[in-house]
Amino acid sequence: MPLAGLLLDLLEGLCVSAEIFALTLLFALPLGLVVAFGRMSRWWALRQVSRVFVSVMRGTPLMLQLFFFYFGPYYIFGIPLKPSYRFAACIIAFSLNYSAYFAEIYRAGIESIPAGQHEAAKMLGFTRPQTFFRIVLPQVVKRILPPVTNEVITLVKDTSLAFTLSVMEMFTVAKMAASAHTTMLPFVVAGAFYYVFNYLVAWGMERIEKMLSYYR
Amino acid sequence: MEEILRVKDLRKSFGDNEVLHGVSFSLHRGDVLAVIGPSGGGKSTLLRCVTNLEPVSAGSIRIAGEDLVSGGAYAPRAVQRRICLRIGLVFQNFNLFPHFSVLRNVTEAQRVVLGRSREHAAAHAMDLLDKMGLSAKADAYPCELSGGQQQRVSIARALALDPEVLFFDEPTSALDPELTGEILKVIRGLAEEKMTMVIVTHEMAFARDVSDRVLFLDGGVVAEEGPPAEVFGAPNNERTREFLRRFAG
Ligand SMILES: Nc1ncnc2c1ncn2[C@@H]1O[C@H](COP(=O)(O)OP(=O)(O)O)[C@@H](O)[C@H]1O
Ligand SMILES: [Mg+2]
Repeated sequence: MPLAGLLLDLLEGLCVSAEIFALTLLFALPLGLVVAFGRMSRWWALRQVSRVFVSVMRGTPLMLQLFFFYFGPYYIFGIPLKPSYRFAACIIAFSLNYSAYFAEIYRAGIESIPAGQHEAAKMLGFTRPQTFFRIVLPQVVKRILPPVTNEVITLVKDTSLAFTLSVMEMFTVAKMAASAHTTMLPFVVAGAFYYVFNYLVAWGMERIEKMLSYYR
Repeated sequence: MEEILRVKDLRKSFGDNEVLHGVSFSLHRGDVLAVIGPSGGGKSTLLRCVTNLEPVSAGSIRIAGEDLVSGGAYAPRAVQRRICLRIGLVFQNFNLFPHFSVLRNVTEAQRVVLGRSREHAAAHAMDLLDKMGLSAKADAYPCELSGGQQQRVSIARALALDPEVLFFDEPTSALDPELTGEILKVIRGLAEEKMTMVIVTHEMAFARDVSDRVLFLDGGVVAEEGPPAEVFGAPNNERTREFLRRFAG
């Protein structure tokens, strides 16, 4: 098997993996904040809805959720399945799933900020949104960086689950190449790529942590 | 002198535990009121109610001619905010914003809340930090300061909005004994400039020295109120006498 061809195929797959990764973060990070707000809402109904959402998203397999969001429109609404929907379904499932994990991290982070910070801000005349975005959130970001790093690293590896919807990400490509040429090599190379990907992610997160270490 | 704060029949309950049983007092512009009394007597709760951090259960609070709460009914939120912009509170444990430099701690509210320009806010902040003996620390972060320095920053932060009344809740209680002096000196300086202040404190000598009136709060009631010479010199109330014996040593 020509190594150059394999590398190119895997790199192409890696691009799709990176795309899933980036889009998931793009949607899940802010969505998680919305869900966290729901969890801490004054309104009972909103609290319950977000609580159930988080509980279900964390309590069922991501793989099952991928199937659910891919086949759901067909089984529930009878909308014909288009192959082009695979990728979108994949992003929907990943984003919703990860938003639940991020929501819990955010919530813990927000609740860990001492009441005194809110009180000091209130005494200085800050409105509630000003208090949240200027005083609370920056401190929350610093506190939640380690657990967020964990999730982000898990996400890099989880992108391989998109193979269940035959999205042409790196693991799907590797699996196809391995069975076509009866060799382990694609898995070894894909493994190395995942490792480097995560190495870079960890390095980046560490840089951010360092940037925020100017205060305690 | 103009009356700047009037508290009338203030009651406060947590659940069915009433901790303030109808507290009344008033304060004139330029005066310093020391609030003393045994721990658990309701001093912090009183301060938190008057500064609108805690809702009252009943009673009235009037600040600078406006009713914050009248007969248990609160003013609209916008009015509450306006009233609260005229007062400042210094906390026992500072509550500085750790992610902001000392300077930004003092400028942020000026910029965001009062809409002052960067230059104006910074100049005002530097004046105040200078007064607190902290101009060299403007670029430091709170975690790099001693407790006494942090408390002085928090006083500067409160003063930056030019409050008409400044409240202190045991401003030296979280400090090592050798650091309390620097804070008391700052407060004494403010008193000399005729800053209107309400100070909850366990520093009896300081309270006697700096205040125009003393309020002895015990078990959620005002057990004694008057000029320091009277309260400390010839207390009417047996509880006050006992308390002062224990504290004044
Ligand atoms: N948030 C709260 N919830 C319930 N009880 C409280 C709360 N804050 C204060 N108390 C009670 O109110 C009483 C007065 O407390 P406090 O105002 O802190 O007294 P002081 O400041 O004079 O020591 C105490 O019995 C305390 O337990
Ligand atoms: Mg107290």
